[in-house]
Amino acid sequence: MSRLITITTSTALALALWQALVVLAALPPFILPGPARVAETLWASRALILEHAGITAAEVLIGLALGAILGGLSAIGLAASPLARRLIRPMMVFSQAIPVFALAPILTLWLGYGLWSKVAMALLIIYFPVTSAFFDALMRTPQHWLDLGRIMGANGPRLMWHIRVPAALPGFASGLRLAAVYAPIGAIIGEWVGASKGLGYLMLLANGRAKIDLMFAALIVLAVFTLLLHMSVDRACRRWLDGTAAG
Amino acid sequence: MRPDAPALTLDGTARIGGLHVFGPLHLTVPAGRITCLLGPSGVGKTTLLRLIAGVDDVTEFTGSITASDDRSLAGRMALMAQGDLLMPWLDVLGNVTIGARLRGEARDRDRAMRMLARVGLEDHAHKRPGALSGGQKQRVALARTLMEDRPIILLDEPFSALDARTRTQMQDLTAEHLKGRTVLMVTHDPAEAARMGHAIHILTETGLEDVTPPPGTVPRPVDDPETLTAQGRLLSRLRAPA
Repeated sequence: MSRLITITTSTALALALWQALVVLAALPPFILPGPARVAETLWASRALILEHAGITAAEVLIGLALGAILGGLSAIGLAASPLARRLIRPMMVFSQAIPVFALAPILTLWLGYGLWSKVAMALLIIYFPVTSAFFDALMRTPQHWLDLGRIMGANGPRLMWHIRVPAALPGFASGLRLAAVYAPIGAIIGEWVGASKGLGYLMLLANGRAKIDLMFAALIVLAVFTLLLHMSVDRACRRWLDGTAAG
Repeated sequence: MRPDAPALTLDGTARIGGLHVFGPLHLTVPAGRITCLLGPSGVGKTTLLRLIAGVDDVTEFTGSITASDDRSLAGRMALMAQGDLLMPWLDVLGNVTIGARLRGEARDRDRAMRMLARVGLEDHAHKRPGALSGGQKQRVALARTLMEDRPIILLDEPFSALDARTRTQMQDLTAEHLKGRTVLMVTHDPAEAARMGHAIHILTETGLEDVTPPPGTVPRPVDDPETLTAQGRLLSRLRAPA
């Protein structure tokens, strides 16, 4: 209950500051609309915003799922094979030096203006954090467990599956928590570069037509969605770890 | 004594990255008895144990590690190490049968339940290690070791984290259940060596020294005067400047 009170108070404070800024600086609505006006627009345009939010949500969720699967498999592959580590890790580190933003136009060129260029963008942006968090955890299996497994006669794949992977799941979970925050960024960048649907597209459109209240309404929906996504991923990870791993 | 329990011999010198760890030394572990290797931290006791276990990929060992029956040691050893090494994501039964899982064999649940009954934990089969006390966890580790049913047992300070009462109870239980197997127990506790060793060796920076164990059957009573005297002697020897 006290947590609810804290959140309510903190939200009210933020709204009050926002309103105070608008009133005190005498900002016109086409520069910064007040919270009441944004709320009004949010309600009036709810069907429009919801439609675009659905598209963005689909891009983010598909990107997140693919990123989790690909990142998980890559981390296991890298941890299992010293050769893969030597050959592929430098490539992965180099790929991180390329700003993902710069790749967005190319992805749009390759994959078109539809859903998949945004999914690819979300995937690209979360792949490295997921892979590296899980990989680091896989390489840190306590030596005693590995000794025990080897004395018991485990081969590499079984040691991986029965000891290293379960022991590293908390690391994988922290990667996924980060990914839940990064994936929406990827999808929005993709939409800015070229799209006909999605919250990113709607925000650009509203901005261009000086509908700043609509832009803010879309922005708030995006922020709330990201928060909810992060909370659900966090909760899912916790439940999953309680069930299977060293939480 | 189990007919398949061999004596072990280690002969040689160990280095890590050119730095001397121990040796040259000659250690014999008689068949079917408990041999205690006593020493302060950092003299290479655990390294020696891991070399015998065949899991040390870092140490450069020159010499030989052999069994009296001239067969390879691989697949004939079980380990109980510092801490209990239970997997927190498996329940007690899953931990006791982890060996079969790691070898891709069928898990014998009935036998695992019998092993748990032998250490008095049959009612805790479906609990997670996190729900057990330190002593109970160590008993699960013993049940897991018994489940492996190997003739050679390597013990690496397995009870060092337990309180005094639980530690001596685990010593009793371990001595009882590992009877007849070839056991090498690494410890830094003179009291443990005096209670548990059919043979006792002290490993220090200067080398290996044989000590005559006190009389009486293992595990020797905690209040036996001769065992206590031996414990004092071992401690004085450990404290003596190298």
